[in-house]
Amino acid sequence: MVVREPFVATRNACKLCAPLGACLALRGVRGTVPFLHGSQGCATYIRRYLISHFREPMDIAVSGFSEATTVFGGRDNLHNGLNNVARQYRPELIGIATTCLPETIGEDVAFLLDEFQPAGDAPFRLVHVATPSYRGTHVDGFHGAVRALVEQLAEGGAAGEGVNVFPGMVSPADLRYLKEVLADFGLEATLLPDYSETLDGPQLDEYQKIAAGGTPVSSVRAMGCARMSLEMGRTLAATGTAAASLESKFGVGRRNLGWPVGVLESDRFFAALSELSGRPTPQKHAAERGRLVDSYVDAHKYVFGRRAVVYGEEDLVVGLASFLAEIGVQPVLCASGGESGRLEEAVKAVTGDAAEGIVIKEGMDFTTIGEVARGLAPDFLIGSSKGYSVARELDVPLIRAGFPIHDRIGAQRVLHLGYRGAQQLFDAVTNTLLGRAQDRSPVGYSYL
Amino acid sequence: MKILEERKLQVYRKGADAFQLDCNKQSAAGSVSQRACVFCGSRVVLYPIADALHLVHGPLGCAAYTWDIRGALSSGPALHRLSFSTDLRELDVIHGGEKKLAKALCQLIDLHQPKTAFVYSTCIVGVIGDDVEAVCKQVSAIKGIPVLPVHSEGFRGTKRDGYRAACEALLKLVGTGSTEGISPVSVNILGDFNIAGEVWIIRDYFEKMGVEVVATLTGDGRVDDVRRAHGAALNLVQCSGSMMHLAKQLEEQRGIPFKRVSYFGIEDMAQALYDTAEFFAKKSPGIVERTAALVSQELATIMPQIAQYRRKLEGRKAAVYVGGAFKAFSLVRALRQLGMKTVMVGSQTGLREDYEELRGLCDEGTIIVDDSNPLELSAFLQEKEVDLFIGGVKERPIAYKLGVGFCDHNHERKEPLAGFLGMLNFAREVYKTVASPVWRLTPRGRRRELSWS
Repeated sequence: MVVREPFVATRNACKLCAPLGACLALRGVRGTVPFLHGSQGCATYIRRYLISHFREPMDIAVSGFSEATTVFGGRDNLHNGLNNVARQYRPELIGIATTCLPETIGEDVAFLLDEFQPAGDAPFRLVHVATPSYRGTHVDGFHGAVRALVEQLAEGGAAGEGVNVFPGMVSPADLRYLKEVLADFGLEATLLPDYSETLDGPQLDEYQKIAAGGTPVSSVRAMGCARMSLEMGRTLAATGTAAASLESKFGVGRRNLGWPVGVLESDRFFAALSELSGRPTPQKHAAERGRLVDSYVDAHKYVFGRRAVVYGEEDLVVGLASFLAEIGVQPVLCASGGESGRLEEAVKAVTGDAAEGIVIKEGMDFTTIGEVARGLAPDFLIGSSKGYSVARELDVPLIRAGFPIHDRIGAQRVLHLGYRGAQQLFDAVTNTLLGRAQDRSPVGYSYL
Repeated sequence: MKILEERKLQVYRKGADAFQLDCNKQSAAGSVSQRACVFCGSRVVLYPIADALHLVHGPLGCAAYTWDIRGALSSGPALHRLSFSTDLRELDVIHGGEKKLAKALCQLIDLHQPKTAFVYSTCIVGVIGDDVEAVCKQVSAIKGIPVLPVHSEGFRGTKRDGYRAACEALLKLVGTGSTEGISPVSVNILGDFNIAGEVWIIRDYFEKMGVEVVATLTGDGRVDDVRRAHGAALNLVQCSGSMMHLAKQLEEQRGIPFKRVSYFGIEDMAQALYDTAEFFAKKSPGIVERTAALVSQELATIMPQIAQYRRKLEGRKAAVYVGGAFKAFSLVRALRQLGMKTVMVGSQTGLREDYEELRGLCDEGTIIVDDSNPLELSAFLQEKEVDLFIGGVKERPIAYKLGVGFCDHNHERKEPLAGFLGMLNFAREVYKTVASPVWRLTPRGRRRELSWS
């Protein structure tokens, strides 16, 4: 066998740059305008990419580096830009994320923000996160922005009843679901971020400068007084997260949970909420679990032994792998463009006996995913729409999940989490496989 | 809605004031401009060359955001649809990315055997001091194909500068191929990107007229065609913002004249063909008649259907916001053909003479705007109570959120809107969005229905 040197170039990336994740997280804070300190194009590309997924207005301001800015520094652009955003949008908060350019020229953005004098009277807060795109992926930018919000806004005080929840980069439908579950347990929870409304809003007759919804700044401030933080994601670092910061600064205890995708991970999630609230799982959710497991039984033979390629954000990959393993589908490849160094361990922890048969790889691009997948004979792919070219080449169906979904409607409404999300995923997987077999059958049974 | 102080001169209302419109300047910081950057300009121009390797040198984002997002079709190879990035990391930023670039180029060239390679420098490449030019020369010598640097650092100007950088790269290719066998009645098509197959429609018209198309720049583009483009007798330039530099250089260096054309709308499309026919009238006897016959045949096919759409669209109001102003002219005329009135029109990169022309074209009260943003655009849509907004992906949610119909006229579109057939598609697209029953269910639709009854 010829051992080929790995490709130096990234070919069809399975990741995006950090500022995108930061902008997305910032859109989940009430009254907030994301602001990129960098080139004009960064904001425009990121806006377009996010719009194509969420199909919602996506205003992201930018300081707009010019040649002179790059030589002499971006102070004036940054200050003028912030004042212009304040004038136009009347925000409660402007979240500033840097791009590779100011980070490379060594701009001291924290200092520039310290000396910023607002031109108008209306007060607003500033939060700053360093997101050079040569470091980490969009997921790191997302978590970085959440941490920055907490570090720069949260305040200490007498411990209250509140619970902080850091859900990670989930869909608006997932956020709505989490809020419902937390409320059903009677928990006073603050989700950060919460773009369930800002990025999935109704028709309007009057344009909203900043979409309604989002985590209120006052709630972020109160996060230092919560009694517990739940951070979701098995591939999150043990240190340096928003919850870790609240723990070290204000002594707020934290608990790390996987994304509740599928029955087993959802059981762990519901158990944690039960423990936290002192209440049993509410009947509504217990019933959803009951129906879900019943459907697993009804359809188990249709999915058993099928082979799946899973890719995308690391925590989503872990969740989907857990879900697939519990229904008898063999994940054959779990791939991500992320490089947390924790994907393999996390996937193995949730896939039981199936773990042995999984190729688990970080730092992957879609060309490599395609090359590896070709030898694994998968029955389907599950992940973002960016895997479509691979699915097409392998002639297998693609079940869309995660981010981005640019070739279907309803990306914001894809529910991945909890028993309810598992039901949707399970029906999608089963019906995709059934439909495929039906279409390809020479007989074409209409009764299964 | 308050327009930012530094932008006040970039908005003009016809009739109200003496004409004064500020344009072609850097976007105001924090204004949420709809514009892109230098890199974007270069990338859109060169992207459709389907047998070239397009390697984006820099951190990952710029390559990821431009991966296969455009409807620029190829009739053969499709290397352009893949996204390649040197994906610079922190250590590369510290130690420089030249070695990585050289290796990435060599590997990709070996694998894909492209006819040429374009290397796009993004923002930090210049800052960290990579000598991209030297790496390109070195790899070109080893691999025996042109490896062309495209200086497209995002901060070095505007999208227009990116167009220019792309044209400069193209100029290095033009003139390196043989012009043997090229007809004296021949053109290059500049500034059509074969979105949804548009260049094929246009090419077919010219071939029916007896005009040879030497190179299409860059829609369905091929490196070998570009290399022999200097053999054409005439350059036809659409999207003049992006390709004028190339056309002017070819006139200066090679003595090839050019004409500005547009293939959008019946009037402009017919004019483009007639202008070309007239140019070749002496060299190609009968071409004027052939062209007239072609135009009337095409019109006979589409006009009855267009008339039907017109009956449904008559009197409706439209807003237009596009990248280049030249396209806006065509759209105002095409909308008029459908009985619709343009009440707002703007562009990201128009020049003063473009806006002058737009003013001449539009009715009293029309808002003309340069380098606008979502808050202004949404305010204009509301103020003018428009039925249709024409723009790109970034404009779409503004229209939809307010319950306004939308037609995508940007690079992502999947319907060909150029040529006579394109005009019919355009009419259908406009009709589909304006006449949809869903608007009745929206808050705006309900309000309007109430006010009409």
